[in-house]
Amino acid sequence: MKKTITILLFATIAIMNMGTVLASSGGYPLAAANVNVDDKESLQRGAKVFSEYCLSCHSAKFVRFNRVATDLDMTEGEVMENLNHLGVKFGSTMTAVMTDEYAKEAFGAVPPDLSLVARSRGVDWLYTYLVSFYKDSTKTTGHNNAIFKDVGMPNIFWKQEGVKEAVYEEHDGVKTLTGLKVVEKGTMSPEEFDTMVRDLVAFLSYIGEPNQSYRKSLGIYVLIFLFIFFGVAYAMKKDYWKDVH
Amino acid sequence: MEQKTNGFMGWIDARFPATETWEKHLAKYYTPKNFNFWYFFGSLAFMVLVIQILSGVFLTMFYKPDTALAFQSVEMGIMRDVEWGWLIRYFHSTGASAFFIVIYLHMFRALLYGSYKKPRELIWIFGMLIFLALMAEGFMGYLLPWGQMSFWGAQVIINLVSAIPFVGEDLGIWVRGDFVIGDATLNRFFSLHVAAIPLILVALIFVHIVALHAVGSNNPDGVEIKKNKDENGVPKDGIPFHPYYSVKDIVGVIVFLIFFSIVVFFMPEMFGYFIEHANFEPANPLKTPEHIAPVWYFTPYYSVLRAVPSIAGSAFPGVIAMGASIVVLFFLPWLDRNPVKSIRYRAGWYKILLALFVVAFVILGILGTLSPTDGRTLLAQICTVYYFAFFLLMPIYTKFEKNKPVPERVTMK
Repeated sequence: MKKTITILLFATIAIMNMGTVLASSGGYPLAAANVNVDDKESLQRGAKVFSEYCLSCHSAKFVRFNRVATDLDMTEGEVMENLNHLGVKFGSTMTAVMTDEYAKEAFGAVPPDLSLVARSRGVDWLYTYLVSFYKDSTKTTGHNNAIFKDVGMPNIFWKQEGVKEAVYEEHDGVKTLTGLKVVEKGTMSPEEFDTMVRDLVAFLSYIGEPNQSYRKSLGIYVLIFLFIFFGVAYAMKKDYWKDVH
Repeated sequence: MEQKTNGFMGWIDARFPATETWEKHLAKYYTPKNFNFWYFFGSLAFMVLVIQILSGVFLTMFYKPDTALAFQSVEMGIMRDVEWGWLIRYFHSTGASAFFIVIYLHMFRALLYGSYKKPRELIWIFGMLIFLALMAEGFMGYLLPWGQMSFWGAQVIINLVSAIPFVGEDLGIWVRGDFVIGDATLNRFFSLHVAAIPLILVALIFVHIVALHAVGSNNPDGVEIKKNKDENGVPKDGIPFHPYYSVKDIVGVIVFLIFFSIVVFFMPEMFGYFIEHANFEPANPLKTPEHIAPVWYFTPYYSVLRAVPSIAGSAFPGVIAMGASIVVLFFLPWLDRNPVKSIRYRAGWYKILLALFVVAFVILGILGTLSPTDGRTLLAQICTVYYFAFFLLMPIYTKFEKNKPVPERVTMK
């Protein structure tokens, strides 16, 4: 009986896990982001990239500057100087430099808020998305994306990454995008660029749930407490039940 | 009543049946001594109820039932700005799913050991009403964070109401309080979720336990322990609930809390099943998500709904089938004609039928989370037919069962 229950439990978790792997990417494989939200230096670099590139158009309206300072071991001065380009108050949230009206004129829609994008899309999707832009002259931005077809966002990193072209494979007259290849080198080496994108995704993951590191470290103590409590409670049960046959 | 206590408790007992209640429901409530693993889930359900009420009270202090503010009050207010708000919210979101896991196992225990049979039919009926109230509670609570799945999930379910011929359209408007799901809907769901349904739930749980304590608990052998009493009128196979089962249930509670904490602290989204990924985007009535699936605990019935083909473009037959899949459970005490309660002493082939029922139910649940294809729809149809056949043919097949001899007294297997 107990064995069956254990097997069922693990089977359920395995099935659940399968479900998440099938996240929508239009068939194009997602690459693992491998980000570490405990790496404060990576997060600090990611924050800088985020404020320089993303905050021009996107907001992160649930994220307060002072909270980022505390969590990322940054001083108020560092945050106000390096991250807060609009010069809002230290306790304020991250708003886009661009106004909504301007964004609507320029892109036809207001770019989505990024506070929770790592939780709605997942970090692997974000990483793959950011490295999957390719040249497409039919688009007004000049680029398309392998996992987000006809995306309205321009390829902001094209200078650093270089220009990529799509590689197609044809089966029974159906053309499918199978990969991307670099046709023009960027200002960064592939390794440097990759680190930058991963730092950025790590920061997005952090702002998606600022408590996640603390949550996990607290969880360890909770479990240790519960295991000790279990031992005591089990001994008490045994003692009370010794005369029941 | 003759008074046995004096002093402080005597003073109380002359005015309020404190000692009497304590003895009747705990210290002298005689419980079969052979409870196994499956008997933890009643007390665990009660425990989850307490978790939900306590965490819910604190969430209500910070939540704003307004379509313009709801999402932010959850994702910024509670999850970021409120001290420990994230933990309280994860307790509540994990508790919702835990409630259903525990209740499903509690109900399966009743199926295993015939706990719905005479004289416990009313306990089963009250339990089914609790299950219905819980589904309403879960459904309405899911709208409150005002994420994409909150909105579109509610949209799908409320549209089922609109599928009812003639009155459906008006009924849908009555439920929503508007032509579309909006502020009026959110406010009424909030009111029902935090006040009306919890009150109904607590009242139903009260009568569920009153009925249980009047007839006494069933056990894995399905033997009535009240038939064998000693000279003091105490069942020979009974032990007082307190301290025996109170100390045993504490162990169960801790094991439960270990699993609960693993989810809360290490995987609060549970791979998108307890908190769906799309719910991290605010509700947008103009943007339909690619794939709408109800939360996992509704998916078996949702599968039944989709398995039934629509007639003349109306999903009403499916709605009927979905409703029937739950209503049929109410009749279980009268569908099962076998006088033997426990599965231990029932025919081997009945065990296989029950196991297949579990398989069908789980498959329906999994299919409900996936988008339909022809193959999946066929599988859902097979499982749906089996689901109904299992219950509706019960009056016939249970008559042909060859039972094993039931012991006089409980066994300690």
